Amino acid sequence: MNDPEPLQSQATGGLPISVRGLHMRFGAQDVLRGIDLDIQAGELFVLMGPSGSGKSVFLRQLIGLEQPTDGEVLVDGQAVTDETRHRARMAMVFQSGGLLNSLTVAENVGLYLREHRLRPPAEITRIVSEKLRLVQLPDDTGEKYPPELSGGMRKRVAIARALTMDPQLVLFDEPTSELDPLVALTVGREILRLNRQTQATTVVVTHDRDLAFGIAHRVAFLAEGRIQALGTPSEMRANPLPLLQQFLAADFTPQ
Amino acid sequence: MFRELGQMLLLLGNTVRGIPLAFRRRRAVGEQLYEIGNASLFMACMLSFFIGGVLALQGGAVLVHRGLGSQVGGLVGLSMCKELAPVMMAILIAGRIGSAMAAELGSMQAYQEVDALRTMNIHPIRYLVLPRLIAIAIALPALVIFSNIVGWLGGAFIASFNPDIAVPYATFMASLKDMVRMRDILHGLLKSFVFAIAIGTISCHHGLQTRGGPRGVGRSVTKAVTNSIVLVLLLDYILTRILLPFDA
Repeated sequence: MNDPEPLQSQATGGLPISVRGLHMRFGAQDVLRGIDLDIQAGELFVLMGPSGSGKSVFLRQLIGLEQPTDGEVLVDGQAVTDETRHRARMAMVFQSGGLLNSLTVAENVGLYLREHRLRPPAEITRIVSEKLRLVQLPDDTGEKYPPELSGGMRKRVAIARALTMDPQLVLFDEPTSELDPLVALTVGREILRLNRQTQATTVVVTHDRDLAFGIAHRVAFLAEGRIQALGTPSEMRANPLPLLQQFLAADFTPQ
Repeated sequence: MFRELGQMLLLLGNTVRGIPLAFRRRRAVGEQLYEIGNASLFMACMLSFFIGGVLALQGGAVLVHRGLGSQVGGLVGLSMCKELAPVMMAILIAGRIGSAMAAELGSMQAYQEVDALRTMNIHPIRYLVLPRLIAIAIALPALVIFSNIVGWLGGAFIASFNPDIAVPYATFMASLKDMVRMRDILHGLLKSFVFAIAIGTISCHHGLQTRGGPRGVGRSVTKAVTNSIVLVLLLDYILTRILLPFDA
């Protein structure tokens, strides 16, 4: 597959991210060991790596759900903290979807607007329908509860909910995990389309090589707590780093 | 232990700071009140009737034997409203509602629902804990009033129908009216309010501190119930000691 279209330099919809010397330690275990990274505004950036390499921890630091042991994350030049005002412009789609099971799909999607009283109720209903259509979910989905949906539908509802925030930065945690290849393809295309449409900076963490190379402007390979390689999908494929090549070559072909 | 106590006090402080927003969460408070009532009213009724009955049975026989049968109503009335109704209802609520709160918040934590709220800038304490704490603080004293009435009726029933006691209903109620003052009822209600805050805070705290999957939720529920019951009994002693001088 060819690399996605290059970034448009005039992209203004997203926020730039700057990560400096990021360390994260849990007890005696160093999960992240000094990460320096710049992500451009509007970029679709994929962080790829094996399970347990600290990808999700990194993502949680980007949105301020966890504080680093050392180092800093700057979004649009400002530190991300629990209370930061950036939070209002940053959305995250969790691996499990993170939908509230006690609310209907429509209530979930409209939750941000309703709780912050950003729109009158009638307009929230309209926006919710619009966002559900945008992620290609049937009209009657709004009345259902999350446990009644398939994994792929839950992921799309979570994307719809993130979109109601009109975000400038969207983070996806393993968006294709637990999905069959066809649904994974749909979700991947959805992410790509939304990035092009909204110009929001998009960061995806995944161990799905096809997704990473299919949608990313740039890919980073995280292993052993460090960024081991960084580049466009074609640069990454050509990178001779043994750890990366081992990761890319792994398959079920009988020995 | 002290760290957890500090975290619980912080949780309570944050919840109290959110009280001005309680009106906005009235629907959630109503839903929680319905849950609490629905889950515990029948049990509260059964428990209170038999506690009143056992009190009359145990105390009544001794009093009648000493020629003090006319005082059975006062004994049952005071024991119920000052001690047994608040403590037994608190234990019932810790078991039925505290466990449910810890389990619900625990699974929300485990399945990243709480993190999702934070990323939407929705304060999890004000969104999740505030309505639960308000509901339990209303429901437990209300259940105690209900428990008092049912317990008194249970006591009167046993006292009048048990041949060893045979204290007529009117005599039982007259003694009860004579000995139970409004301040005794308020004494029990104050205790139950404090118990409710303790149970709600402990249960929500353990729910929100859940780590890991279903096993973590199970651990949180066990901690929530046992810690709530221990604290209720500890607070019961402390409050009784504080309130004792006001009984004179």
